[in-house]
Amino acid sequence: MPSEHAVTAPSIAAPTTRVPERSRNLWRLRPYLKPHRWRLAVMFSTAMLGVGVSLTVPLVTRSIIDGPVTRHELSMLVPLALLALGLSIAEVILVWMRRWAQSRTVSDLEATLRHDLYVRLQSLPMEFHTRWQSGQLLSRVTTDLSTIRRFMGFGLLFLVMNILQLIVVTILLLQLYWPLGLVVLVAAVPVVMVSLKFEKKYLRISRKVQDQQGDLATRIEESALGFRVIKAFGRRPHVQRQFDDEATTLYDTEVEKVRLASRFWSFLGVIPNLTLVIVLLLGALAAGRQAITLGTLVAFITLMLSLVWPVTSLGAILAMAQESMTAADRISEILDTYSVIKSGPEELTNARGHLRFEHVGFRFSDDSTEVLHDINLDLTPGTTLALVGATGSGKTTLTALVPRLYDVTAGRITIDGHDIRDLSLVSLRSAVASAFDDPTLFSMSVRENLTLGRPDASDADVQQALEVAQAQFANDLPWGLETRVGEQGMSLSGGQRQRLALARAVLARPAVLVLDDTLSALDVHTEALVEEALQNVLADTTGIVVAHRASTVMLADKVALLQDGTITHVGTHQELLATVPEYRHLLAAEEEEVHA
Amino acid sequence: MTTTQQTPPAAKEREQKPPEEQSWRGLFEEDPDREISRATTIRLKEDSRKLLGELLRPYRKLIWLLVAIVIVENGARLAVPYLVHLGIDNGIPPILAGKGSQQLITIVIAVFAAALLQAWARQIFLMRSGRLGQTILLGLRKRVFDHFQRLSPAFHDRFTSGRVISRLTSDVQVIDEMLASGFDSLVTAVLTLVGTSIILLTLDVKLGLLALLSFPALLVLTAWFRKRSAVVYRQTREAVVLVIVHFVESMTGIRAVQAFRREPRNEEIFHGVNDRYRKANLESFRLNAVFMPAIKGVGNITIVAILAYGGYQAYHGHVTVGVLTAFLLYLRQFFEPLQDITQFYNTFLSASAALEKLSGVLNETPDVPEPIEPAKPRKARGHLELRNVRFEYVDGVPVLPGLQLDVPAGQTLALVGTTGAGKTTIAKLVARFYDPTGGHLLLDGVDLRDLSEDDLRERVVMVTQENFLFTGSVADNIRFGKPDATMEEVVEAAKVIGAHDFISALPNGYETAVEKRGSRLSAGQRQLVAFARAFLADPAVLILDEATSSLDIPSERLIQRALKTILADRTAIVIAHRLSTVETADRVLVLEHGRIIEDGSPDDLITHDGHYAGLHQAWEDSLA
Repeated sequence: MPSEHAVTAPSIAAPTTRVPERSRNLWRLRPYLKPHRWRLAVMFSTAMLGVGVSLTVPLVTRSIIDGPVTRHELSMLVPLALLALGLSIAEVILVWMRRWAQSRTVSDLEATLRHDLYVRLQSLPMEFHTRWQSGQLLSRVTTDLSTIRRFMGFGLLFLVMNILQLIVVTILLLQLYWPLGLVVLVAAVPVVMVSLKFEKKYLRISRKVQDQQGDLATRIEESALGFRVIKAFGRRPHVQRQFDDEATTLYDTEVEKVRLASRFWSFLGVIPNLTLVIVLLLGALAAGRQAITLGTLVAFITLMLSLVWPVTSLGAILAMAQESMTAADRISEILDTYSVIKSGPEELTNARGHLRFEHVGFRFSDDSTEVLHDINLDLTPGTTLALVGATGSGKTTLTALVPRLYDVTAGRITIDGHDIRDLSLVSLRSAVASAFDDPTLFSMSVRENLTLGRPDASDADVQQALEVAQAQFANDLPWGLETRVGEQGMSLSGGQRQRLALARAVLARPAVLVLDDTLSALDVHTEALVEEALQNVLADTTGIVVAHRASTVMLADKVALLQDGTITHVGTHQELLATVPEYRHLLAAEEEEVHA
Repeated sequence: MTTTQQTPPAAKEREQKPPEEQSWRGLFEEDPDREISRATTIRLKEDSRKLLGELLRPYRKLIWLLVAIVIVENGARLAVPYLVHLGIDNGIPPILAGKGSQQLITIVIAVFAAALLQAWARQIFLMRSGRLGQTILLGLRKRVFDHFQRLSPAFHDRFTSGRVISRLTSDVQVIDEMLASGFDSLVTAVLTLVGTSIILLTLDVKLGLLALLSFPALLVLTAWFRKRSAVVYRQTREAVVLVIVHFVESMTGIRAVQAFRREPRNEEIFHGVNDRYRKANLESFRLNAVFMPAIKGVGNITIVAILAYGGYQAYHGHVTVGVLTAFLLYLRQFFEPLQDITQFYNTFLSASAALEKLSGVLNETPDVPEPIEPAKPRKARGHLELRNVRFEYVDGVPVLPGLQLDVPAGQTLALVGTTGAGKTTIAKLVARFYDPTGGHLLLDGVDLRDLSEDDLRERVVMVTQENFLFTGSVADNIRFGKPDATMEEVVEAAKVIGAHDFISALPNGYETAVEKRGSRLSAGQRQLVAFARAFLADPAVLILDEATSSLDIPSERLIQRALKTILADRTAIVIAHRLSTVETADRVLVLEHGRIIEDGSPDDLITHDGHYAGLHQAWEDSLA
């Protein structure tokens, strides 16, 4: 056994239960902003200039009140008004520039992240995908990504801007009249404290809401996909009750979230108003003592009220930050999972299809029991092996090892003498084609579905494959081979789908063809025709055929019997039938049964 | 199967799609969601309004209360600048004149009271409206879910599970967003607009009128924005649907994707749809990038105008400094909520589209309706009668042109015939997944259409090849046939079916969780669980539609042994490709184009030189 392949249990993240790691996971996404650094620079500089400009306007107001109005200097009114106008227009232009730059940054950020997640997910092994519902993955590339996009584009900027504005305004206020400035400064303390406490609670609860939404989505998915079963058993009330319970649990959590948020936001709203009360009192008294001018008081109040939005929205922005951290955590669960099935360095050219299993064993990473152990097989090029075994004996798992949908956990599999882990995935999977027992068709044209394994196939090739699989019906679909099938297109029967999946595998012209109970939904007549055509294909292809029927076994040159996770007998159908009782039990039962 | 087969408007389809999509996506009739005429659009709008009304009606009182609270809140909020004006104009002069600060203190107390009142009202409003939103949402979720469950399988075939899922997840989510944030910002914006206008006019007519001059500009801007954003919104929605479909299919079909090295091509396709979505998003952001500063520009210019004209007026002593200050504070409040409207409008558009879709679903009447006055059937025996039953999926193309059939209670009937002979249709009619287009189906003398859902499902159970397993344990899945079954009954059912051995061998036995629709179990094992489930349900009529085709021989033999026991005292209709299953039947019907061409016991039919005898010979040969 080669030692360079460390046989460690692959770490496949389970969907939930990870402790959120605060801002770290959000911070790691910063490379995605790198291509936009100039836009970011524009965004932040225009944002700061904008703050500066908007703060200058109240000072101009003060000059107008103290100059033209109070001291009756009418000549100053026009220049001051023009100054205010200029500043106002400048502010608008700055906002426009900032938003324009921001638009491109955030839409690119979201799209790039989504693209990378998709690529990563496609590369992750079957073991990952059997554990994650597609709904959970979908919510990560849609909802979570928009949450992050909103924060990176909007929230983060305002967080910085608002804090900046808070600081600058406080300094300005202190300069205008320091005792009042001090009052404002003191008022900021409870805001900060409560915000920090709120942040923690909100993070926990929004995670809970997201998880429960995921659970509910799973329930919905099942009710839609299992609809016929629910209907057939008349279990509508039962399923409805389950749904109602989970929806109610979600409701409770949502209400808890609402309660928390409503307290926090009204608290944040009341602080500036209470500060205003004190400022008004002290300011008016000071103005009464002529310690400050009326213009200063008006400017002071205007400036202070300009803090209301930054302070109030701080809560919303912090909530947004929390949500986006949660979202980043959830995305990191994917980004932190790497495929344990890595492409090897060697290329397989002109594969002959000499397939060997050497002491192969397999177990799932979370399960200590071995599904397969000590499998030894030698298939010379062109040989077809029928794999026979009881339900659940691991036939499907065994076949999935060949294209490395799962990796062996012991021993090795070789093709033409190369350990399949040393081969590039592309060359391995070009050499091996499979047709599965539950055929997946994508919402694409029939042609696109058929040419999955060989995009450059000619029309003649396609027709030939359709003929082998007895799937000529595809030509008679409304748009012929251009007809869209799958969930978003024409619905096909189980037998039709199986035949298309078979045609797909045949079309790939593999050196090794794996057929996992591909003919189960066909009627006897069609099955016979398919089998006849397959004989020719398998004549010069190495084949593994999972067989439940004697008729399928007849496609093979020899038969392997899989029992208790290992291969106990190899021989021809007749030999095994004659000598192995377990084999007779598996394949000859019909005769026994019918003619007994 | 239920799709229309007439010549499609292929050219039209092509026009609507960007060129890069055409080749891979293939052709199909338009999405049922999209291809809707003008009349339907109007009807949908009305329906969704009606639905909204229905959702809100039970909470009328609470809503009025919320409106009152929000008026109080806004009143308190709007009072603050006015009080500041009073403070400056009426509070300061007495102090300057040395007459004490009595008036100032009164005003300050009023500001204090207003601030507390506002905070209190805001908290109540946020809490109550948030909870109301969630209550409405819960009701909507339950209602739509329930409705989907009541609709016929024919509807589900047509509608597809993907759409069912998105109606119940993303569409409901969008309405959630609208209820959560939209309501608040809309009410606040409207009340601020109206309240501020009134106060400004009261404070000073001339300045007030000057401020209101900004209205036409705002109206023009908002109208333009609404029109553009409706277009952009539709583009975004269409793009996101493609992204979602491609993503979900890539993930659910990952085995085929990886086995056939589909990743690079998928990546290419995903890049295409993702980029289209990105562009749509970009356009929508840029629309906001223009609209928001434009609104701000109008606001800023108005403020400057007020400042200049107000300053001029104050110079002449026509207005006080306090009034001028109040004006500036009010105008600031006036324009800020308008900026929120951009966000609200998008939420509103999505929510109303979602509401339209949901009301469309709720308007679907089940085409297999429950009887209004269900018959009260006697104890079930299982005598099944088909009287001149006619059925067509497509008008004018009968699958069953008029079938006469009498199945006495307790008989096991096998249906044989090629694809399209009508076997599955008979099964679906007996299970009342569909209703016949003509004729009657009677169970123990009662028309199936007169049986209540409960009575029918208690009597007739169908097991198909789609042996769907639900999240939960193996025991839960068996118990699905009889939710109140004890553990002993569950085990007993598994034993009869022959599933007990493999279930006991699972890591946690009967309590083992079936992962992701049972992916840890083989197809045969899943089918055994499905059988145990049907056995536990103990119906008078059992329909097996291709139910044994994915089983291996020992399992099938086990099942067949079990079937002998199970079928002994009940009526059964069995459809199987495998003649081994057919041979166990009491009676065989050979069908062709919806007509019975042979009818008799298997042994009889073998001896006749008919279709069945031929099939049997072919099967014998295949066993070799």
